[in-house]
Amino acid sequence: MIMETRSSVPINNEWDIVQARQLGRQISREMGFGHVDQARITTAISELARNIYLYANNGEITIEPIVNLGKKGLKITSRDKGPGIKDIRLVMQDGYTTSGGLGAGLPGVKRLMDIFKIDSTLEKGTNIVAIKWLR
Amino acid sequence: MISIQIELDDHTAIQFQEDLLEKIHETGAKGVVIDLSTVDIIDSYIAKILGDVVKMSDLLGAKVVLTGIRPAVAIILTDLGIRLNNISTALDLEKGLAKLKQDLGG
Repeated sequence: MIMETRSSVPINNEWDIVQARQLGRQISREMGFGHVDQARITTAISELARNIYLYANNGEITIEPIVNLGKKGLKITSRDKGPGIKDIRLVMQDGYTTSGGLGAGLPGVKRLMDIFKIDSTLEKGTNIVAIKWLR
Repeated sequence: MISIQIELDDHTAIQFQEDLLEKIHETGAKGVVIDLSTVDIIDSYIAKILGDVVKMSDLLGAKVVLTGIRPAVAIILTDLGIRLNNISTALDLEKGLAKLKQDLGG
């Protein structure tokens, strides 16, 4: 994969969630994603950034255009040094929540994006990579 | 009638919820139309707040109709697995008001 410019947004409060999704909307628009995919990417970033804020207090969202075998895409990385996820299978179930939310966040992000990888270690933190390919 | 014209952050969404309930209580409104035609994303958090505001308004005796949900927003809510069960929606403001009148029986 060839990396182009990469942008990061630190997530420390609720307003940073808005910052991160505005950046995602701007980059996905510049890359030529359609309206619906722009909204998918923006929503996915919103869910990931909110999870950082809710569960880890702070972390970082990185947004970068990528090229793989001539295919263009947008890669979103969510990193935090929070408590980690004990049972990833459980959090990937629709409706599972520990925060009183809808439990739609992570399984939702997986459906909104084309590639979704989650890597979490208890008491070390969580790394999530999600990619949307440009059609 | 309320039109949401700004990008909703979490704090503003909660504030909106409280303000709306206060207003319903103050005015004794029987019906509310919330227009979402300028809202370009609704994530799971905002969806929860909207769902809650409908239930809470119902407790105060006011019926809520959501109008103007954009096609992209409808697609994303479905991708997220969010169903707006038991929530009244309409294509635009005019149809929303008509629906509200119908629901309120006059």
